[in-house]
Amino acid sequence: MTMFRAILSGDPPQSRMLSAALLVIFVALAAAPFLFPGTQSLNVAAKICYFVVLAASYDLLLGYTGIVSFAHTMFFGIGGYGAGLALYTWGPTWSSVLIGTVLGLVLAVLLALLIGLFSLRVRAIFFAMITLAVASAFAILASQLSWLTGGEDGRTFRVPSILRPGYSLLEVGAFSINGRVITYYLVFSSALVLFLSMLRVVNSPFGRVLQGIRENEFRAEALGYRTIVYRSIVNCLSAAMATLAGVLAALWLRYTGPAVTLNFDIMLDILLMVVIGGMGTLYGSVIGATIFILAENYLQALMGAVSKSAAGLPVLPQLLDPDRWLLWLGVLFVLSVYFFPAGIVGKLAARK
Amino acid sequence: MSETAPLLQLESVNTHIGPYHILQGVELAVPRGGLTMLLGRNGAGKTTTLRTIMGLWHASAGRVRFDGAEITDWATPDIARAGIAYVPENMGIFADLTVRENLLLAARSGDIDDARLRWVFGLFPALKKFWSLPAGFLSGGQKQMLSIARAVIEPRKLFLIDEPTKGLAPAIIVNMVAAFRELKETAATILLVEQNFMFAKSLGDSVAVMDNGRVIHSGSMAELAEDRDLQHRLLGLSLDSHQ
Amino acid sequence: MTDIDAGELAKRRHYDWAPLLLLPLLALAALPLIGSPSTWATLTAAGLAMGMIIFIIASGLTLVFGLMDVLNFGHGAFISVGAYVAAILLVPLSGLLQADSLALNTVALLALIALAMIATGLLGWAFERIIIMPVYGQHLKQILVTVGGMIVAQQLIIVLWGPVQLAFPLPTAFRGAIVLGDVAIERYRVIAVVVGLVVFAGMLLVLNRTKIGLLIRAGVENREMVEALGYHIRRLFVGVFAAGSALAGLGGVMWAFYREELTPGMGMEVLVLVFIVVIIGGLGSIGGCFLGSLLVAVTANYAGFLAPKVALGSNIILMVLILLWRSRGLYPVANR
Repeated sequence: MTMFRAILSGDPPQSRMLSAALLVIFVALAAAPFLFPGTQSLNVAAKICYFVVLAASYDLLLGYTGIVSFAHTMFFGIGGYGAGLALYTWGPTWSSVLIGTVLGLVLAVLLALLIGLFSLRVRAIFFAMITLAVASAFAILASQLSWLTGGEDGRTFRVPSILRPGYSLLEVGAFSINGRVITYYLVFSSALVLFLSMLRVVNSPFGRVLQGIRENEFRAEALGYRTIVYRSIVNCLSAAMATLAGVLAALWLRYTGPAVTLNFDIMLDILLMVVIGGMGTLYGSVIGATIFILAENYLQALMGAVSKSAAGLPVLPQLLDPDRWLLWLGVLFVLSVYFFPAGIVGKLAARK
Repeated sequence: MSETAPLLQLESVNTHIGPYHILQGVELAVPRGGLTMLLGRNGAGKTTTLRTIMGLWHASAGRVRFDGAEITDWATPDIARAGIAYVPENMGIFADLTVRENLLLAARSGDIDDARLRWVFGLFPALKKFWSLPAGFLSGGQKQMLSIARAVIEPRKLFLIDEPTKGLAPAIIVNMVAAFRELKETAATILLVEQNFMFAKSLGDSVAVMDNGRVIHSGSMAELAEDRDLQHRLLGLSLDSHQ
Repeated sequence: MTDIDAGELAKRRHYDWAPLLLLPLLALAALPLIGSPSTWATLTAAGLAMGMIIFIIASGLTLVFGLMDVLNFGHGAFISVGAYVAAILLVPLSGLLQADSLALNTVALLALIALAMIATGLLGWAFERIIIMPVYGQHLKQILVTVGGMIVAQQLIIVLWGPVQLAFPLPTAFRGAIVLGDVAIERYRVIAVVVGLVVFAGMLLVLNRTKIGLLIRAGVENREMVEALGYHIRRLFVGVFAAGSALAGLGGVMWAFYREELTPGMGMEVLVLVFIVVIIGGLGSIGGCFLGSLLVAVTANYAGFLAPKVALGSNIILMVLILLWRSRGLYPVANR
């Protein structure tokens, strides 16, 4: 039991319901290839894995330090392009993956540092606007430099042989442990490790200072903490995690491009995940990412069915059109900011 | 309302700013007419007291009474309209607005009374020179004059003034003493926060001394001015050296 | 609240002319780079026109932030809504719009603008009361809530008008170009400049010659002091917000004509530029906003010609350079 607490860095979920929910998600993801065979379900599971990392890294900024940034997808993209372009240019080997990842991390951390240090000369509120501008510029740059990035279409590439769908490790009864399954477990275990390390960071003395800064920056400064240093570090850390999430995404999708990484819609998705799940809890990102991605894939089907049955009525079919699922999530998002600012995690914690 | 009842009365006023308990039970009675000095070292809570009276910070406990009404929970604009003028420590003048516009804003009735304006120009001639220029062009001392001019441009019952001589050259301070003396003659009541005891001595009728969020002494200025030991105890320095 | 450092304080004793030189300097610097004077003139005209439209949109945002300390990330929604609502009149007014008469076209334009402004003004009113008022003073929540509001608004536009782009053709007499020797300046750009100047003049009039304008200017500088002078300035908030939203709607119509199309995401696209403008100009400053808009638009046009791949990047560089010079923008309003 104590080892279990140690793995969770002494920050276990605060309520039974939350623990139960997290356990279900964990088991479902861990055994996904066996519980939910089929390409689409495995896709959903993998997407949940790397989005958990992405959302959690955003929670570091938003929930723990109180910084709103719109540049997060940029780092996600840097990771995706880093690994993807490396595999594209230097062939499908593990060294390509490594080099690409390292290059991506270096670029991401440098950018995060630059943005952070520069924005700290100006008011915190400018930070949000500046990150929006920088992220937009980056996205346009990525689609313009098509000789490098493949432009709007992005790049497809081959992954190391062990990860390819054709590769087969062994057959266990009806299940085939093929490259996809191996890739899935790579993504899953990496996501788990990354998530647990973020949990460790927020429960360290460093993490507590971050929370102090979020509560009252003035007082933190007065107490002697140079908030500039802490903010810069958390900026870089958050960016690095997002980059790694991007690498995982690239390995899974075997594709990288602006539409799946740099799109502002994805930025909004992350925001929704963290807020609806519960800011400042990291577990909230798990819940938020899971709900969001499940909704994205399965709610749409549901809405489609309902929309068809409402075909004759005036506005209803369009409101329930599966493409409008974002509308409902947007409404949920706004409501959660007002009524449950601690997100779903907060609601569950309150019931205990 | 009896003429001898204090114009302003604070009863057990407590104010918290965030987690900090700044005012810890302030008892203060400001008599009608005349100038009451609020003295005390830095951090004693003088500015917080003024801001609490003005409603800029909300008292967490206690009562503030003004001219018979209990204004503790009133909104700042209503407190101002009840007849209180506030001259804050940072002067609060609008740098992008002209001197004329600054005064116009303070003249709630809509227009500036000519006679009153002449009187103000008499007190502070520099304001006439900069009449149509942005108030940001004024020097520190002139800005302070504008801040006071704004408070007196219309008759008010009570003036809350926070450290008007802070950072000003001695020559300007002399000017200001003269201005305040004239203001006193208009039968206004003034609550003045100051650290400059010479300034205080020459103008004050009554005095209240604050420390650690409480009023630790109140009485007449004459009494305090004569008692060197009392000054020492309350203010840490003797009168003559406290400039 | 940031403190103005001593250097800036000293500067304020005189009129601050320096930033006004930026635009002419930029234009002059671009001339040799572009080479041909006629191309330069066309680009500059395009920049000025676009700048006016951006100013119309950004002015609302900067005033709202300056006065109310509210960050409305949903401002983009009002841009889109204004244009889409105006589009309702495109068919009924097609007679006026297709007539080859400047006068009739102008009447139609005014009708479109009026409808857009009324709709977005009302929407802004509701938005402020329902969505923003509960989170006054909480910047983080404001950003989140207004972003959420924008997502919902964009989706609702798609619900009501469909996801594809709609055509928004210029009225007949607004098309074409005025040719002056070698230089061709599009008619619509001139109109945009005129509209922009009218709006700017109108704003200056209200701000400088009315009591409400006086209160707004003072409130942007120091809201607390205005209240201490006896004014219930919060009662102005919803009005200012509605006015800002109406201006965004007006800008939306102008922008739709500029692009000759409507897309649900159009508000968002302009919003990035608007933010850059507001940062460059200094929060709360209308003059700064005007100057910033022109700078940003002209830069975008020059860069679009000289180095199209870095067009948006050029504005970021501009923003960085200006912030390095003046960390709170060109004309920051005193107390922020």
